[in-house]
Amino acid sequence: MTLTIKYFGMTAEASGKTEESFRSNYSSIAELQKDIINKYPKLEKISFKIAANQTIVNDDYLLSENEEIALLPPFAGG
Amino acid sequence: MKLNDQEKNRYSRHISLKEVGLYGQEKLKAAKVLVIGAGGLGCPVLQYLTAAGIGTIGIIDFDTVDETNLQRQILFTVNDIGSNKATAAEKRLIQLNPNVNFNVYTDKLTTKNALSLFNDYDVIVDGTDNFSTRYLINDASVITNKPLVYGAIYKFEGQVTVFNYKNGPSYRCLFPEPPKAGSVPNCSDVGVIGVLPGLIGTQQANEVLKLILEIGNPLSGKMLTYNALDSSSLTLNVPKSEEEIAKIKSDNFSFETMDYDFFCDLLKQEKMKEISIEGLKQWYEESKDFKVIDVRSDWELPRINKENVVVIPLDELQNGILKISKSKDVVVICQHGVRSKFAIEVLEREYNFINLINLSEGAANWK
Repeated sequence: MTLTIKYFGMTAEASGKTEESFRSNYSSIAELQKDIINKYPKLEKISFKIAANQTIVNDDYLLSENEEIALLPPFAGG
Repeated sequence: MKLNDQEKNRYSRHISLKEVGLYGQEKLKAAKVLVIGAGGLGCPVLQYLTAAGIGTIGIIDFDTVDETNLQRQILFTVNDIGSNKATAAEKRLIQLNPNVNFNVYTDKLTTKNALSLFNDYDVIVDGTDNFSTRYLINDASVITNKPLVYGAIYKFEGQVTVFNYKNGPSYRCLFPEPPKAGSVPNCSDVGVIGVLPGLIGTQQANEVLKLILEIGNPLSGKMLTYNALDSSSLTLNVPKSEEEIAKIKSDNFSFETMDYDFFCDLLKQEKMKEISIEGLKQWYEESKDFKVIDVRSDWELPRINKENVVVIPLDELQNGILKISKSKDVVVICQHGVRSKFAIEVLEREYNFINLINLSEGAANWK
């Protein structure tokens, strides 16, 4: 399926982009996460939560075609 | 809480708004807000809350103003360098609005003082710069049942949300576990565009006013993310995790003895950084911007006669904390590298320094 992925903070630096169209054969968030890390190995060391269609979801969430995914890392700065 | 005639005039532009009115302005006067961290986020939050006429504002910060802060921490001037941030902020804010009652706390927020402090306030604002304090603040807000207005920044990006509002989600519902130690740098490590904390801090101030006035829709259960490079924002829904909140509220959760630094792995970071005499000489040749702390007594030779050297003998270390930069690289030296190592261990453990480097071979062979 084709998804849109938005990258924030350190995840954008690891992928080198803030947004892209991403093709994945997987349908769960946990599998998609592995797929993204395979493409951008630097993401392995970064903590982030995943949102699907603007809602933070858990690993077992099932994706559907054209969903908008966001990788949200925690920020420390103030 | 009634307003006098001068206050009615001062806040007339608020009072004209039907969403605020005289009644709303009286609510602001009756409100007590605790702002944690008078740094990049804390400065604009404090400035707008003071101007808006919040009755009581608590300011807690143990850190001192450094020249590198002035690029974004807009309450401070060059005359404040070296002063405590909470004290310097109050000095400026009183001039802005003498009607506000300020409580200044120059101690570090700890598990020992957090709960009693939070109980004295209606709304808590997080403008801190590290994960261990952020988890501490979140948990104390859950335990004392106080809404927490959260802001955090990274380079050109910011996040704003309201936690623990009317049984809404908490920080742990979003990020149950802290990130791996050292994996998320803060502003002093990687830089930050100066207006970003202004943009995010004013959003936090706006959330505080909405909570007190009970108007609009607070950012509870929603995190606003903002990117200053393309001026884009995205709001993400943050579901509540009953399990995470129950953990903190459980009788088994012992907040006052919790070690948040350990929880956030600060102490497990890579081993102490070291430098050699040769490396130190190279830093001087490159005119690198750094400081040296000499923990020897003043009669021990050879001395390093450079402008960036501050002498704080080891037995006077606790009194000299304010002289040690937290933002620049600081090389700690003694005769053979043993006392300096001990000093770094104390400073890292007790005062959260992360920028110290040991001259491991000591200054004995300095020429």
